[in-house]
Amino acid sequence: MTALSLAPAALRLRVRPATALSLLIVALLVVAVLAPGVLTSRSPNEIDLQHTLLSPSLSHPFGTDDAGRDLYTRVVYGARESFGIGLGATALAMVIAVLLGFTAGLARGIVDTVLTRILEVAFAFPVLLLALLLIAIRGPSLATEIVAVGIGSAPGYARMVRGQVLHVRQAGYIQSSVALGHTWWAVIRQHLFPNAMRPLVAMLTLAVGQSIVWASGLAFLGLGVAPPSPEWGALLDAGRVSITTSPWLEIMPGLVIVLATLALTALGRTLQHRLEGAAR
Amino acid sequence: MTTAVQAVPLRAPLARSGVRAARRGLGKLAAAILVLVAAASVTFFAQLLVPGDRATAILNQQTGRAQRWSAADLAPVNHRFGFDRPLLVQYANYVAGLFRGDLGTSYTQHRPVTEVIGDELVPSLVLTVAALVTAWVIALAVILLTAKRNRFVSAIGSTWEALTASLPPYWIGVVLLVVFAVELRIFPVIGGTGAPGTVLPVLALAIPLAGFLGQVTRDEFEKVLDQPFVITARTRGMSDTAVRLRHALRHSVLPAITLSGWALGALLSGAVIAENVFGRPGIGQVLVVAVNTRDVPTVSGIVLVVAGVYVIANLIVDLAYTLIDPRLRAS
Repeated sequence: MTALSLAPAALRLRVRPATALSLLIVALLVVAVLAPGVLTSRSPNEIDLQHTLLSPSLSHPFGTDDAGRDLYTRVVYGARESFGIGLGATALAMVIAVLLGFTAGLARGIVDTVLTRILEVAFAFPVLLLALLLIAIRGPSLATEIVAVGIGSAPGYARMVRGQVLHVRQAGYIQSSVALGHTWWAVIRQHLFPNAMRPLVAMLTLAVGQSIVWASGLAFLGLGVAPPSPEWGALLDAGRVSITTSPWLEIMPGLVIVLATLALTALGRTLQHRLEGAAR
Repeated sequence: MTTAVQAVPLRAPLARSGVRAARRGLGKLAAAILVLVAAASVTFFAQLLVPGDRATAILNQQTGRAQRWSAADLAPVNHRFGFDRPLLVQYANYVAGLFRGDLGTSYTQHRPVTEVIGDELVPSLVLTVAALVTAWVIALAVILLTAKRNRFVSAIGSTWEALTASLPPYWIGVVLLVVFAVELRIFPVIGGTGAPGTVLPVLALAIPLAGFLGQVTRDEFEKVLDQPFVITARTRGMSDTAVRLRHALRHSVLPAITLSGWALGALLSGAVIAENVFGRPGIGQVLVVAVNTRDVPTVSGIVLVVAGVYVIANLIVDLAYTLIDPRLRAS
């Protein structure tokens, strides 16, 4: 029934196969986050010492780890924490980016110059290194990881927000709204903010994927979420010791991270094109 | 005759634009130094964010205990690291030290950070530069072979770029390691810094960057191939390969060259991960040990060195860009 009613809509929107695949992957990830039990019948902490370090097979599609736990199940249950980190870091980055970008874009003049200079300095620190500096200072923890990735990726988004604000404030409807005597707050709230933020909505999806990659990179170095957790980065960290003997412990969670990022990036791009098309 | 006539009126504006270019260059240099001082300020004040008393933390780290220390125990540590001086003096010393090539003292190893980083920087820089060159070679090869060919070939090229651009270096590193070192045994598993041990880490860094550079260049390349001067060149009887190499390529690499400065910084942080995948000596190993032992001065030092490389690379790219594109010199 649902398939039938969906088909005409899909045709009307001309969904490309790549987009459909991305949607499917993201849908599966959302299910894994909300109800992991739907995708697997096993438990992520079910130890089975009879079947340790099995390579991928039909009964264990991703293989098993050194305690005989099913890796596929652990990846499914790890989605919630990984996405939590990705969403948390993205939210933090966006709040910083919107505050800085709007302040710079609206104030212009000396404030804009100073903020742009500060962003330039921030760009000299690669995301990963800034994150490592923060972890060295505060010690590794889930909160530090989220804050580190969030702060690290904020400058790039702040620059985009500033560009958007500068672009949108020149639009005719903003000027007419000002000419009509609306207060500046009303103009910002009703016109500037929604229009400047629209293209950035698409970027949010991209940013979540990127944050997951950064966070898993930190975990891979042993500086993120610690191993007993099934968080994706932690799985990578745990699998590192047996990389030469049981490579699937490393390759499978990595593949899921790659697919998740690719799907989120592809969706973000499609969304961006749609929104730009709608604006035109 | 004609050349002499042309040379006279040209000389004066050229000299003036030379002065302007030099002034521009000096301005850029000053801005770069300012960015580095600001970066140093960030790392200095970051060190103040270490929770609790720093001298206590250093003593606990040294002895492997977690206890309170008497003032008599803490005094020499405070003196040694300069914690007993006013904050502003500490800050001035830190920034001034930077210009002397002094990055402070390691909390755990009790020797200068520059010594701790020492020779580890060289293999990391070799890896980074090799990866940048390799990425450019891959990106250009893919572009020249696939851009604006028939639809199918072009699609293969751009799909390859989209796929590789979003691959995390640690995952490519692991896959390359498993395929080429563990299964095929072409390269050593624990690489070292020799040539055979360098190939896989270089590829792990170069493949995603090549995808990214390719994406940026492809757009430009396809636009340039539609330009009137390309059509002119073709009507003059120039072959397709020559048009691609001599006209389209030159125009389309400019945006990606601007990004190369940024890429060098990004590659250095990617190198941290690649070095840990392949067990290759370099700043990556030093950095992870330092973060684990909470050795903030060493971490700050490495972060500053990488920021310095980024700033210098961007300065060079900026100046090179002015030389390549004459329009920028006039403005």
